[in-house]
Amino acid sequence: MLTIKNLHASIEGTPILRGINLEVKPGEVHAIMGPNGSGKSTLASVLAGREEYEVTQGEVTFKGKDLLELNPEERAREGVFLAFQYPVEIPGVSSTNFLRTAVNQVREYRGQEPLDAVKFLSLMKEKMKLVEIDQKLLSRSLNEGFSGGEKKRNEIFQMAILEPTLSILDETDSGLDIDALKVVANGVNQLKSAEKSTIVVTHYQRLLDYIIPDFVHVLFEGRIVKSGDKNLAMELEEKGYDWIKEEVANTAV
Amino acid sequence: MSKDNQILEEFTSKEYEHGWSVDYEADEAPLGLNEDIIRWISAKKEEPEWLLDWRLKAFKTWEKMEEPNWANVKYPKLDLQKIRYYSAPKQKSKSKSLDEIDPELLKIYDRLGISLNEQKRLQGIAVDAVLDSVSVGTTFKETLSKLGIVFCSFSEAVKEHPDLVKKYLGSVVPSTDNYYASLNSAVFSDGSFCYIPKGVRCPMELSTYFRINAANTGQFERTLIVAEEGSYVSYLEGCTAPQRDENQLHAAVVEIYAAKDAEVKYSTVQNWFPGDKNGKGGIYNFVTKRGICAGDNSKISWTQVETGSAITWKYPSCILKGDNSIGEFYSVAVTNNYQQADTGTKMIHIGKNTRSRIVSKGISAGKSQNSYRGQVQVMKRATNARNFSQCDSLLMGDRCGAHTFPYIDIANSSAKVEHEATTSKIGEDQIFYCNQRGIATEDAVALIVNGYAKEVLNQLPMEFAVEAQKLLALTLEGSVG
Repeated sequence: MLTIKNLHASIEGTPILRGINLEVKPGEVHAIMGPNGSGKSTLASVLAGREEYEVTQGEVTFKGKDLLELNPEERAREGVFLAFQYPVEIPGVSSTNFLRTAVNQVREYRGQEPLDAVKFLSLMKEKMKLVEIDQKLLSRSLNEGFSGGEKKRNEIFQMAILEPTLSILDETDSGLDIDALKVVANGVNQLKSAEKSTIVVTHYQRLLDYIIPDFVHVLFEGRIVKSGDKNLAMELEEKGYDWIKEEVANTAV
Repeated sequence: MSKDNQILEEFTSKEYEHGWSVDYEADEAPLGLNEDIIRWISAKKEEPEWLLDWRLKAFKTWEKMEEPNWANVKYPKLDLQKIRYYSAPKQKSKSKSLDEIDPELLKIYDRLGISLNEQKRLQGIAVDAVLDSVSVGTTFKETLSKLGIVFCSFSEAVKEHPDLVKKYLGSVVPSTDNYYASLNSAVFSDGSFCYIPKGVRCPMELSTYFRINAANTGQFERTLIVAEEGSYVSYLEGCTAPQRDENQLHAAVVEIYAAKDAEVKYSTVQNWFPGDKNGKGGIYNFVTKRGICAGDNSKISWTQVETGSAITWKYPSCILKGDNSIGEFYSVAVTNNYQQADTGTKMIHIGKNTRSRIVSKGISAGKSQNSYRGQVQVMKRATNARNFSQCDSLLMGDRCGAHTFPYIDIANSSAKVEHEATTSKIGEDQIFYCNQRGIATEDAVALIVNGYAKEVLNQLPMEFAVEAQKLLALTLEGSVG
């Protein structure tokens, strides 16, 4: 589904990603871990098409298409979803109105009829249960005055509505208490299927207790320096990231 | 050029949609302004002596006045001697009813989406259509007259209801008020008149649609709305003009009188030709609008969506004379390319427990300048006066300007006056967020801008709100990414 080959990216001339290789197959859950500043969020942003990042080398194919050739909205319509670490507020625009615009633009791209208000509302009702989100929240301005947990829940709710084939969760666990974390993880798990893949970007192992990854990759200084299964995450939780740094330093010598 | 600017560039390059004009035979005054022209206009309209005198007095005052230069706008001065002060389409016969209006004129309004055919119109809105200097027709006059409501052109009101006109004309905006208001008082040609009798709730929206067609012609119309005790009316105003290279002057006066317990809601969607993207041409919109809450518990609410005009100079105001009276001002002003707007309101608190609310949302794009200018004045006897003002500015790109000039003048210590102001830029983050959900950039901007202006748009009557939303998106189209 997603193939990343030797991806290099920089921001304002500073290289952040320095040769990422990753293969994600349908149905898989990959966790990207790593210390602060290792390039985790940059990877998520580059995949979603954020313009501040300049791709200097490498290629990314998504469902056979050159992802880097597509603009951000085309990527979204093709099925790439980014759950933001810091979802923005859009005053005066309700979540409902926002999502309906999004859903119908995606549907138009896919050659489907737009959903009318009634059909859209029933879709919303169905998905609301997944993340236990209150309808009142959805009639409020998008993310405005939402608590950290509400914002993250709303991200997963949007994911449920838009039904992406590749979901990238960027530090979705940050700022969540354990109950909210469970709700969010539960939502993500219910959306899993054999066709859909997930990339979970996280600093801590905590979230991976609830969203079980098939693969865990450690990102350090813009490269994936170690890959393994969920046990790698446990090991990181126990020992921290320093031993990885040492290992990298030793290999370099 | 940053990405932000590129998108702004595209988004602001949209053409003006009502820029066409039509050729028709016109009945015109000679160019220029002097006493003879005023006499000519007054004679043309077969006016009574008192009105001619009123005009001449205004003209004498005006001659001694200076054009105001305190507004935050820059433009080459107009040569008022090169303007035509009266131009009316020649109608084959004097039309008494709508059926007799020249079909060519009806076509102009059809093309603007304003049908003057009562059967075709949405029920619930009566229209007075003003073309250049005259009213060409008013719909639903009969339906309204059954309730005692008078809704007609100003000229007709002078003939049919001289006492009412005489009593209220100039009672809110005196002929000596300011440079443009005095000019208007001297040369005004037509406009709308509306009278709601005691205790009547006007069952439909009343509206005036102003269209300037002729070249080198100024439009000077007056609107007078009188709401008697316990009555209610919602009034709408729309306007467009052809795309011409020279600037044209529109200097209107609107007066509203609200008696005890009366409520008047006045909404404007202003879409005069704003000039082209290099700043050539466009309407100079120098307008005086004022309402007086004369009676206790009365209410006047102004809502404006300003998207057009090369230069806007306009401060719809409320004089809160009656105790417990309420004044409101809701405004969205959008400027793009080289447009300049200096707009806001005045709330003059005279009565006890008077309340006012100001919500101003400025949106600047291109190389435009957008200023809010507002005055809140609390007089000595206005015990417990309350005012809340909120002035927000949204900037698109880095070559436009947003300015806020609030004046607060309090003479009673029990007053509570609050002023909030914010300035924000339409964020790349917001646009990226929308993009990431599959929303194209242009739709994202429309969504964000409409969200920003929502509090004001919500004040508009339904059909108008939809129009205004589209207009906002259109005005800014091609200007963000």
